[in-house]
Amino acid sequence: MSEVSLVVNGRKVSGAVEDRTLLVHFLRENLGLTGTHVGCDTSQCGACVVHVDGKAMKSCTMLAVQASGSTITTIEGLANGADLHPVQAAFKEHHGLQCGFCTPGMIMTATDMIRRHPEGLDEIAVRAELEGNICRCTGYHNIVKAILAASKTMSKASKSKAKKAA
Amino acid sequence: MYSVNYHRATSVADAAKKIKAGDAKFLSGGMTLIPAMKTRLAAPSDLVDLSHIADLKGIKVSGKNVTIGAATTHFDVANDEKLKKVCPALSHLAGHIGDPAVRHRGTIGGSVANNDPAADYPSALLALGATIVTNKRQIAADKFFKGLFETTLKDDEIVTAVTFTAPAKSGYAKFPNPASRYAMTGVFVTKGKDGVRAAVTGAGDDGVFRSKEIEAALTKKFEPAALDGVSVPSKNLMGDIHATPEYRANLVVVMAKRAVAAANA
Ligand SMILES: Cc1cc2nc3c(=O)[nH]c(=O)nc-3n(C[C@H](O)[C@H](O)[C@H](O)COP(=O)(O)OP(=O)(O)OC[C@H]3O[C@@H](n4cnc5c(N)ncnc54)[C@H](O)[C@@H]3O)c2cc1C
Ligand code: FES
Ligand code: FES
Repeated sequence: MSEVSLVVNGRKVSGAVEDRTLLVHFLRENLGLTGTHVGCDTSQCGACVVHVDGKAMKSCTMLAVQASGSTITTIEGLANGADLHPVQAAFKEHHGLQCGFCTPGMIMTATDMIRRHPEGLDEIAVRAELEGNICRCTGYHNIVKAILAASKTMSKASKSKAKKAA
Repeated sequence: MYSVNYHRATSVADAAKKIKAGDAKFLSGGMTLIPAMKTRLAAPSDLVDLSHIADLKGIKVSGKNVTIGAATTHFDVANDEKLKKVCPALSHLAGHIGDPAVRHRGTIGGSVANNDPAADYPSALLALGATIVTNKRQIAADKFFKGLFETTLKDDEIVTAVTFTAPAKSGYAKFPNPASRYAMTGVFVTKGKDGVRAAVTGAGDDGVFRSKEIEAALTKKFEPAALDGVSVPSKNLMGDIHATPEYRANLVVVMAKRAVAAANA
């Protein structure tokens, strides 16, 4: 057993876990944050993607003890109260989900990719960036549309913020 | 996953001490070891985490000499501006390993220590004539990689860095397995002061190897056209549900052409 302490969605949390506990299980079972999903055993589907110290990572391929000391954002931490995050809003607007199982991972991957591409994204880049996220329902088309739309709104928002600041 | 004891190493010396416990294994990015433990293909009693050792991280470029710390992630190799200038092929390779989440955690040290016959880095290190630095010695890539998942590393030996002199030209092309994205065949070519080297991953039935046929043709002329009509024997190549040895033999030539085109671009 080891003591794990993390900051999850802005809240300090800690707990004693078996060393073999995966981060995803700690999030779901100890913290009750069931938005992060498990879709495979092979680290390939991306349903479990969360941000660890600001970077997209597969929480099914990391022990909770490995993550101890880090800051984590899960799907539950994206919205600002009742206001959806722009990526969440775009998935809703563009019908980027059907059953919704892959969606938390898709959205966490999408926010990470938009952050890394402030210059903007095109369809080829979005599809390449989605390499590690599998969706059994949508055929990806509307997911790609939603990410492109969110990337536009977010770069506009950051430009107008920069203008105001200047 | 079977029960395991986790230890976080604070330095290379600390890791060397901690690895003595039971049937312990080093843990770096965990992108190979954790999936293997989840499916119980690996069951170490203890894990010694190297990923918090600051000395093992980072890329140094001085002139043409490159040193990459073992715990440097694929993401950092893909995005390092200095490395991109002296050896863009290696950054390109790192940027095409797996997916973004895998690249954020997986490390070069873990990849070379694991020596998966379909991994990308072994071909680069062999073609670059790189040196693998451990806490005990320096090993030339030519001697380091031994067959499938085998290297000359001892169980308690830690890869600390990889070093090489960037050649004038280098290029990498892989034909990714459509499901796993590992290389079904990948070829890394270099042209430096010691001549041409071409290393092949994903195709050999005994792991990464240098192709004599490709090197001979490219030594005459370092152009894709020099490979027209060149054939690579399929005798020691892998055959599986994805591709026959003959198909892979053809892929070696096709990927080598693309790698040379990239190197000359
Ligand atoms: C979905 C997915 C897709 C992938 N696609 C690709 C791909 O396209 N191409 C590719 O090349 N790889 C691919 N990989 C593998 C990935 O690159 C791994 O990151 C890499 O093979 C292992 O590095 P790691 O840091 O994760 O090592 P770990 O998993 O932590 O360790 C791997 C092995 O190396 C040993 N080890 C680790 N570090 C050291 C060290 N410093 N000294 C001595 N021994 C050490 C460990 O004990 C273990 O046996 C993929 C992985 C996943 C999950
Ligand atoms: S559950 Fe993590 S990649 Fe599938
Ligand atoms: S919406 Fe069902 S798996 Fe993607």
